[in-house]
Amino acid sequence: MSNIESYEKVKNNFSWDIARDVMDWKDGELLNIGAICSDRICARGDADKTALIWEGFGNRKANYTFDDLRIYSNGFAQFLKDQGIEPGDRVCIFMDKIPSLYFSFLGILKLGAIAQPLFSAFGDESLEVRLASADTKAILTTRKHVRKVRKVMDKLPDLKKIIVVEGDPAKLKDGEVFFDVETAPRIERFDVFESDSESPSVLHYTSGTTGQPKGALHVHSSVWGQALTTSWVLDLKDDDIYWCTADPGWVTGTSYGIIGPWALGITQCVLDSGFTSSRWYQFIQDNRISVWYSAPTAIRALMKDGNELVGEFDLSSLRHLASVGEPLNAEAVIWSGEVFDGLQFHDTFWQTETGAMMITNFPGMEIRPGSMGMPFPGIEATVLDLESHEPVTEPGKVGLIAFRPGWPSMFRSYWKQPDIYRSKFVGATEDAMPDELRMNPDLWYVSGDRASIDKDGYYWFVGRDDDVINTGGHLVGPFEIESALVEHEAIAEAAAIGKPDEVNMEVVKAFVTLKPGYEPSDDLELDIMNFIRKRLSPLAMPQEIEYMDRLPKTRSGKIVRRYLKAVEWGEDVGDISSLSDD
Amino acid sequence: MEEMKKSVLEYIVDEYLDEDDEDEVSFDSPLISSGIVDSFSMVSLKRFVENKYSIKLPDEEATPEAFDTVNSICDLINKHLG
Repeated sequence: MSNIESYEKVKNNFSWDIARDVMDWKDGELLNIGAICSDRICARGDADKTALIWEGFGNRKANYTFDDLRIYSNGFAQFLKDQGIEPGDRVCIFMDKIPSLYFSFLGILKLGAIAQPLFSAFGDESLEVRLASADTKAILTTRKHVRKVRKVMDKLPDLKKIIVVEGDPAKLKDGEVFFDVETAPRIERFDVFESDSESPSVLHYTSGTTGQPKGALHVHSSVWGQALTTSWVLDLKDDDIYWCTADPGWVTGTSYGIIGPWALGITQCVLDSGFTSSRWYQFIQDNRISVWYSAPTAIRALMKDGNELVGEFDLSSLRHLASVGEPLNAEAVIWSGEVFDGLQFHDTFWQTETGAMMITNFPGMEIRPGSMGMPFPGIEATVLDLESHEPVTEPGKVGLIAFRPGWPSMFRSYWKQPDIYRSKFVGATEDAMPDELRMNPDLWYVSGDRASIDKDGYYWFVGRDDDVINTGGHLVGPFEIESALVEHEAIAEAAAIGKPDEVNMEVVKAFVTLKPGYEPSDDLELDIMNFIRKRLSPLAMPQEIEYMDRLPKTRSGKIVRRYLKAVEWGEDVGDISSLSDD
Repeated sequence: MEEMKKSVLEYIVDEYLDEDDEDEVSFDSPLISSGIVDSFSMVSLKRFVENKYSIKLPDEEATPEAFDTVNSICDLINKHLG
């Protein structure tokens, strides 16, 4: 029997208080995610239970109990406090998926500071933009990544502490501090910050169509949504071995790679090495993983490597599969059923701003391959008409996915950008502040994605409603790429769009015009690709560059990405009367 | 073959490792599975190889396994050089 038992039944008798029952929560307990995921699990008698099974490249392995989580998160909390970090300060975590990432995340929260995890493959420019936006006070990183911090630190006056958590302390430069929590004195007791439901917890950056990335701010009460969805959608039980493949530099890696499972005391696995299909299957086999939460890009890459490879491994421990990041195509759902002994991936839909799953396929529910599923109980969802912004009542008609605000894990604001936050709500008044917007049951929060709803209530993803590029399950903003492209010495103007890709759903394609004296060539294309890879990230690197004599523009001079994308996707270019003839 | 391996290795060191990186990379060092080159960055490595040797590598052959060491990359190049 699955944890949710019956979707229909719980939907009709729902209250978010059920999350407290699932967590066996007692009145008066401290609502601090750092303590909930470690101290609280120990206090309930599971101190010796394995919390983390970790493997890195080169056959490095380590296991940690919940008591280890408690001690090492205390260690980070105490160290940061000694360094002058205070509640509310932003502390960036910039490292690969090593154990200290997980310990420090909980430690930052125990201190009452705000954890700002960033994808370790970000280049120095992406790092700088995000640290500057958040006025980040400290960064925790590794020998491998501290070099990128050194390149930008002079432009970040608020960044007071650069802390390196592994490697050789003798290699540090002036102003850098070394801290290895596993060799430092064990901190048995730490006075955890007495956060309440609205205390800030995590700041995740996400990309939009215009402007630089925005920081979506979450709070400690997000745990209600994350724990309950973990229980009902991922169906985790006490004896499960769970693997979330996401990197905590992105929201899935924190909501479901840290908070949800550990709030329930579940053993989870982390693999910190490059992707190959055989390595992943080996990891599942070796650790007897039972529940696996992955991403369509990875699933399609596994599909490409064929069914024969799957048969070389004993994957009989698997009992439940789920997916997130971008829509999971029907072929991948059907394939998983064929090769994993009848188990089909359950697609889930949510985003950085929602903090937890919103529309999902539930255990025990009929999966319609290619569908996102149905709204989580307690979530009022709809699609809004593209013109009128009224809820669509006609089955199959495409509209904007929208939610009534107020669910526990909803983001509370965009960091220092209340106007952009307000713009996400249909029906908001011009002066409404984030707290009013979040609690107003007459508004709709608009996700930025399009879908339709069939006659039975299943949602079907159509695409983004803007120019944001979804590549490998991660959103990349075209503005950020274009801004970096024109910093290349050869490029005069640039536009970036997503082009269809069999594995990653979309990859970045750039259209550029060159400055006088430069000629198109394969070598220049490679140079531009590497330029963006190092400055921004491998995700933002154009996988194709098209040289143009001029870019399509409006008469006011604005580059029209819509036109380029329509041509690339073979779609109707629509009304082009506003394009300049020049 | 030796020259080819040196050329590919030099490109990898220049493009994917930092100047003061202490990681020793040899012809046999894992690149993809070690995380030195991620699956997205593999596209630029493939492009380098194609430009340098004037070949076109089919996507179904340019797998993470085929690009995991300098040796395996050069095997693939040689196959397409005929």
